[in-house]
Amino acid sequence: MAASSPRNPPPLRGAENQDPLSEMADEDSDEGEDIFVGNSNPVAESFQPDTANGEEPADLFSEEETSTAVNSSITTFKSNGVHSDNENDLFAEVSVELSMENPSTTAKTSGAEFTPSLTLSATQPRSMEQVGYNRTSATQPRSMEQLEEEKDEDSFDMDVAVTNPEKIGDGMNAYMAYKVSTRTTLPMFRNRTFSVWRRFSDFLGLYEKLSVKHSLNGCIIPPPPEKSVVGMTKVKVGKEDSSSADFVERRRAALERYLQRVVCHPSLLQDPDVREFLERDELPRAVGTHTLSGAGFLKMINRASDAVSKMTIKISYSDAWFDNKLQEVESEDLQLRKLHAVVDSLVNHRKELCGNTAVFAKSMAMLGNSEDNTALSRALSQLAEVEDKMETLHQEQAASDFFILAELLADYIRLLGAVRGCFEQRMKTWQRWQEAQSTLQKKREVEAKLLWANKPDKLQQAKEEITEWEGKVTQYERDFDRISVTVRKEFLRFEKEKSKDFKSQIVKYLESLLQSQQRLVMFWEAFLPEAKAIA
Amino acid sequence: MTSTLDDSEKEKARSVSVDLNNDASLLIDIPDALCERDKVKFTVHTKTTLSSFQKPDFSVPRQHEDFIWLHDTLVETEDYAGLIIPPAPPKPDFESPREKMHKLGEGEATMTKEEYTKMKQELEAEYLAVFKKTVQVHEVFLQRLSSHPILSKDRNFQIFLEYDQDLSVRRKNAKETFGSFFKNMVKSADEVIISGIKEVDDFFEQEKTFLLDYSSKIKDSTARAEKMTRSHKNVADDYIHISATLNSLSVDDNTALKKHLEKFADLFEKLRKVEGRVASDEELKLTELLRYYMLDIQAAKDLLYRRARALADYENSNKALDKARLKSKDITQAEEHQQQCLQKFDKLSESGKRELTSFKGRRVVAFRKNLIEMAELEIKHAKNNMALLQGCIELLKSN
Repeated sequence: MAASSPRNPPPLRGAENQDPLSEMADEDSDEGEDIFVGNSNPVAESFQPDTANGEEPADLFSEEETSTAVNSSITTFKSNGVHSDNENDLFAEVSVELSMENPSTTAKTSGAEFTPSLTLSATQPRSMEQVGYNRTSATQPRSMEQLEEEKDEDSFDMDVAVTNPEKIGDGMNAYMAYKVSTRTTLPMFRNRTFSVWRRFSDFLGLYEKLSVKHSLNGCIIPPPPEKSVVGMTKVKVGKEDSSSADFVERRRAALERYLQRVVCHPSLLQDPDVREFLERDELPRAVGTHTLSGAGFLKMINRASDAVSKMTIKISYSDAWFDNKLQEVESEDLQLRKLHAVVDSLVNHRKELCGNTAVFAKSMAMLGNSEDNTALSRALSQLAEVEDKMETLHQEQAASDFFILAELLADYIRLLGAVRGCFEQRMKTWQRWQEAQSTLQKKREVEAKLLWANKPDKLQQAKEEITEWEGKVTQYERDFDRISVTVRKEFLRFEKEKSKDFKSQIVKYLESLLQSQQRLVMFWEAFLPEAKAIA
Repeated sequence: MTSTLDDSEKEKARSVSVDLNNDASLLIDIPDALCERDKVKFTVHTKTTLSSFQKPDFSVPRQHEDFIWLHDTLVETEDYAGLIIPPAPPKPDFESPREKMHKLGEGEATMTKEEYTKMKQELEAEYLAVFKKTVQVHEVFLQRLSSHPILSKDRNFQIFLEYDQDLSVRRKNAKETFGSFFKNMVKSADEVIISGIKEVDDFFEQEKTFLLDYSSKIKDSTARAEKMTRSHKNVADDYIHISATLNSLSVDDNTALKKHLEKFADLFEKLRKVEGRVASDEELKLTELLRYYMLDIQAAKDLLYRRARALADYENSNKALDKARLKSKDITQAEEHQQQCLQKFDKLSESGKRELTSFKGRRVVAFRKNLIEMAELEIKHAKNNMALLQGCIELLKSN
């Protein structure tokens, strides 16, 4: 399950099928802005590239034979390192579209971890079309069943829970400690069940560490719950009322969901910091978590979204995918915020109903007391009791509305912010690559001038610089491809998780509504004979 | 908007009163009404076998103010001092739906077309509910009069039913309005004095204590019930917005989540209809019940006060007689006056006792009927909700 080295994006899982037709169609529209030919070679280290393209063009051109064609082409080569040889050739000759798109949609090769997007054979530069076709078909996913298999491997036995909030200390230095319990069968942990005590800043610290390490790769790192000065101050000061109890419960639940999302993520789970967080008895105090205040976090997210919208990436068939997805994310964000506001209003109205019902119940009780007809008096008192029970029902329902629905929406609004952050990371990587390319171009111009001016010593230096920058360009291009792969994979995984999450929370919410209606029926059925007994 | 209520609807609508329109000799109903902004025009339809009326079957248009006029003339009739005069129907109040309509208009830009349509529908339903309610309370007022042995024979009542011209000529002019206002003021002052009068009759003593206490409690309950049902309506309205936003989300979604969101949105739309019914049934069976009896108890209290005033008059006349005897002046006059007061007082006491006893019975029966109906409706709606929820949960789990 683990990737071979931390630098590599984890193996592809659960990739979704891309429509072969649309890919091919898009590929043909190459704007030709790429002056430099890049051999797109997203993951150098651990995959077996497809070199067979040149050899069997006929098969690969036909779309229907995708699976079989892919199988055959993939199994024919196992050799690695084609690219390093070819790169120079290709640089000189053909301008080829860089494949920024589809490695994430490729199936697993037999035993191999990646099928690369574009590979040109060492012998001849291919025409664009051929290359395009090759590329696409080489990246056809094998079959849905295989992908399903990969999905199942994802589910592993790992449960985390955050419980028992306890106030430690007094006054302004007080803090809440939470018990983090883990139950797992994974061999990388020392025990099967264990628990540790953590405070809120520890969770923030974990996020910081993960952010630093993984966000550059395009990983979607689950954001932690926000800091709240007001909420915590109330707790510190020792205000023992329902609002501070609510606040603690809300935070506990949010921390639990945060941890669950972290351990659900296959590559984050591998991170030693996560393991340490879960296992180690004493954790050094996290510093620098001030940047993660609610406002700070929001600013970060907003900056990311602004940057993303400002950057214009040139149109290429693969970027349509990213652009579309980003647009989807943005419109989804708007809708989620709107929904969150409405659910909030529901929560408030239900709380209002709860209060009004309680007051009504009391007044009913008083009316019952002053009623002189005995049977009616008893019935009115019973009615008062029913309304009291209704008040409890409404209160519980409001809590469901909040903890199940509203918090789900709030979580995903934050998560979408992280997703946008990923997209921005990718953009930054692209920009860096573009800048390197332009620097390389300048260096080449310098070299040309020096050649003409015939200054041999400076020429040597120029040549050295060119080599250096060529290397950088290659590196950055690889980085870009790699991050594109990761972002795409992460995004698809995110969508899958989101579907699962929403579905399970919706079902949970409906079950809570159902339960409350069942109890309602019970209460009124108990009251009915009392009403009938009035004489 | 014109609204016609068919018979079955009216049967259901007639909630707070017990079956009144039973005496075939005089049957009254309000088969339809017209609503022009706030002015409601009721069509009062009478079917009678009594010879005192000119025709056996006829209808007249009446406005709310006509009902108030009728009520006030009855109250001011000395002969009816010993009766509980049915409380005047409250003025048609479209304030709440109108305010909502205004807010809806302002918020139109922020909603989807679908959402707006649903809110508008909901609002129209509310308008209709207020309308039905006001028709009902006006109808019940007339029916209580028609089923009362004495009040049904009132001349003004007959005029109200029959006179096919505009009644405004006969209605209060400004002076009279002031007059009655002044009377109300005096009555409140009387209340203070009269509460202090020593009661001679145990029955009335008990009634007074009971009614005073009950009156303030039921007023409180009515206000609280109103707030509670309004909160309920707010929750139902929120469901509309949630459903609409979920719909928007599902439209844009391209993953497996799409179907789930659609079902969820659909469920909320269905749920809100049920919640809306729960709120309006609660209002009709509980809030309106309490409100009606709050007014009725006020009318009963008025009877008590009239009687107490008569008692005060009688005691004053006694004192005057004693004084006259002392001065040996105007004795016969004083004796006559005293006799009159006594007679009046006795008459009031006798009819008052009758009225209050039947009132008690009426109230208990009405409460029973409405509480049973409310409980049954709550159960019905909750079971409805349960079926909807279970259906949706199964659908979601099976996918």
